[in-house]
Amino acid sequence: MTLLRSVPAASALAFAALVLAGFVLPDWAMFLVTMAFAKGLVALGIVGLMRGGLVSFGQGLYFCIGAYVSGLMANWTGITDIFLLSLLGVLAAGAIGTIFGPLLANYRGIFFAMLSLSLSMILYGALSKMTTLGGTDGLNVAAPTFLGYAPEGRPLGLALYLYTSAIVVLVGGLMRGLFNSQRGLIALAIRDNELRIEYLGASVRTAMAINYVIAAVLGGLGGVISGLAIGHVDPEFSFWTTSGEFVFVAILSGYLSIPAVFVGSILLEVVRSFSNLYFPNTWQLALGIFLLLVIVLLPRGLGSLTLRRRKAKEQA
Amino acid sequence: MDKKSLTRRLGRPVLGTVAALAMTAGMLGTGPAKAAESFKIGVVTFLSGGAAESFGVPAWNGGKLLIEALNRGGEVPAPYDKKGFGGMTIEYVLVDEAGGATKQVQEFRNLVQREKVDAVLGYVSSGDCLAVPPVADELKAFLILYDCGTPRVFEEASYTYVFRTAAHAAMDNISLARYMKSKGIEAKYFAGINQDYAWGQDSWADFVASMSVIQPGAKVKTALFPKIFAGQYGTEISALMREKPDLVHSSLWGGDLQAFVLQAGARGLFKRAQVAFSAGDHVIPQLGNKMPDGIILGARGVNGLAAKARPNALTTWFWDAYTKEYKVFPVQAPFRMVQGLLGLKTAVEKAMVANGGKKPNAEELAAAMKGLEWDAPSGRIQMTLGGGHQAIQPNAIGRTKWDTAKGEMTLIDVEYYAAECVNPPDGTKAVDWIKAGFPGAKCK
Repeated sequence: MTLLRSVPAASALAFAALVLAGFVLPDWAMFLVTMAFAKGLVALGIVGLMRGGLVSFGQGLYFCIGAYVSGLMANWTGITDIFLLSLLGVLAAGAIGTIFGPLLANYRGIFFAMLSLSLSMILYGALSKMTTLGGTDGLNVAAPTFLGYAPEGRPLGLALYLYTSAIVVLVGGLMRGLFNSQRGLIALAIRDNELRIEYLGASVRTAMAINYVIAAVLGGLGGVISGLAIGHVDPEFSFWTTSGEFVFVAILSGYLSIPAVFVGSILLEVVRSFSNLYFPNTWQLALGIFLLLVIVLLPRGLGSLTLRRRKAKEQA
Repeated sequence: MDKKSLTRRLGRPVLGTVAALAMTAGMLGTGPAKAAESFKIGVVTFLSGGAAESFGVPAWNGGKLLIEALNRGGEVPAPYDKKGFGGMTIEYVLVDEAGGATKQVQEFRNLVQREKVDAVLGYVSSGDCLAVPPVADELKAFLILYDCGTPRVFEEASYTYVFRTAAHAAMDNISLARYMKSKGIEAKYFAGINQDYAWGQDSWADFVASMSVIQPGAKVKTALFPKIFAGQYGTEISALMREKPDLVHSSLWGGDLQAFVLQAGARGLFKRAQVAFSAGDHVIPQLGNKMPDGIILGARGVNGLAAKARPNALTTWFWDAYTKEYKVFPVQAPFRMVQGLLGLKTAVEKAMVANGGKKPNAEELAAAMKGLEWDAPSGRIQMTLGGGHQAIQPNAIGRTKWDTAKGEMTLIDVEYYAAECVNPPDGTKAVDWIKAGFPGAKCK
């Protein structure tokens, strides 16, 4: 148990499990997990903001930037290498995030939520008007290559899954390190009392801006992977309902556990996929009931399950 | 026990179990066992959202009716009197198209890889029609696009396993422009009101280009692009009244079109200008006599009222069966679903002749479908564009006229256009064909 407390060991174990799962999972499930992980990365960025008491309803902005970078780079310059595309997507999202982060860091609550939402809707509107980029119909994205390796069919799905898993484990480990660090703990304290943090000598504004940039980078990364996995990007990536879905995953998972974010994301995809198939006319209802149950029974998110178990162990 | 401790006590075991069950069932579950003598199709169409009432639901109503009749066998007129697809019972899995292209790509993979369908027929939204085909080719899965309009699908790419059994949208606006000419509707100035997304933008561009060839003197007065699902057109109607165009073009559909007709009617727009709806027939059942007389409208093919005005055995069978079952007449979308399904039936049976009566695989289906021709309630469908992957079909434009005696809407002054008259030849992009002045068009 103490071994699992060390972040690198837990990450290595999680990665080994994911790799093994990759060889057992059927194709469709592998794709589902890849997509859930990509969206989970974006939600993890929101979780980072949530720890400081902010919720962004506009992460679709960065998700969309990442996705369009992956699509346009492949179409314009012929770059299909997933490592390079991820780097470019992250840089683009990070750059935009660095511009807006310090501006938005002054706002709280509904003002922050609405401003972030409006930024993403500006991108949606702009992309919808740009017929050269396919307008509202979007454009197709070429399949990615992996350092010169260009798989097709199941190997492509597997390669994408392994790449995404590696990123998820790496990012998860880093974020845990961040959350446990002084900066991460300050974010939690900001949630409780901003004024006190300022008196302690830390800058609330800087902390918020940094969290925002981190969320932007994760949004871009999730967007690159989603765009490449789906093979199509459209302005819908930046629409408020997409952003709302990320917020939902973040709320579903809570900010207590990082693996919970990805489990929550997979759970949502599974429930949606099966309800869509078995109740084609009422799938939204099934999804709604599921969400309602989670919120009523686990108000602090899925992550609170692990926390309770840990507490129970410590008491015993 | 207070409420908090109740949820606390119930929360973990209940949700833990539900989550675990859902995950295991989801990840490891395999699709239901397949019967030997059945052909399983995935049908994807809008069951919720803005396009459900106008397109998705009536389309599936038509599809379900046809599948059930085919499964009983001998009910549909020849050559479709054979049971199911080549004797195989048709099974279906229905999926809602709502939720965007991302979700549709995922659901398409699920249909093929988890549900193991033999073919997928679907997609109303152009965005979905662009996103799904690359995946179909990647998975080597047979896919029929039955409704969407964008010409981009086969003009910008080519696919092995993907076919579209309905004409693309350029036909609608070329036909409208031709109708103006043949009916002597001189437009000195014309205007457009189209939704601000790909469908509306493309429709307007096609119409303007067609008019500049057919009526070079006509000038664009104003082009309005309200956002999709706006529902309120007060400002746009004011602008149209102020600009006084002779002709107003619109590709509005669904609730937007209904709202526009009701609001523009109240302000007298239809008395001041000739209004033409490129795809407007599908709101007639909802609007009834609130749809003004004299509106020029198309139905994206010889569908709905235009098909009824030119009956044959197949059209009459479909019209009567649909009207009896759903107490409303079939508009364009069910016609397109039916022509897709009949095309699939023809391809399956052709492939079975070639392979000795076995259930055809995707390669055999694709080989059979390429360049295929068949008869549908909407006329003869020919897979001639996109290297045999994109259909062309005849079109019709007419004027609305309320029949007071019978209490129903009729179409008068209907002009029928041969498929080659309003569709480009293979290898030519629709926009280029229009700009070049329709070279090689075969009109009667």
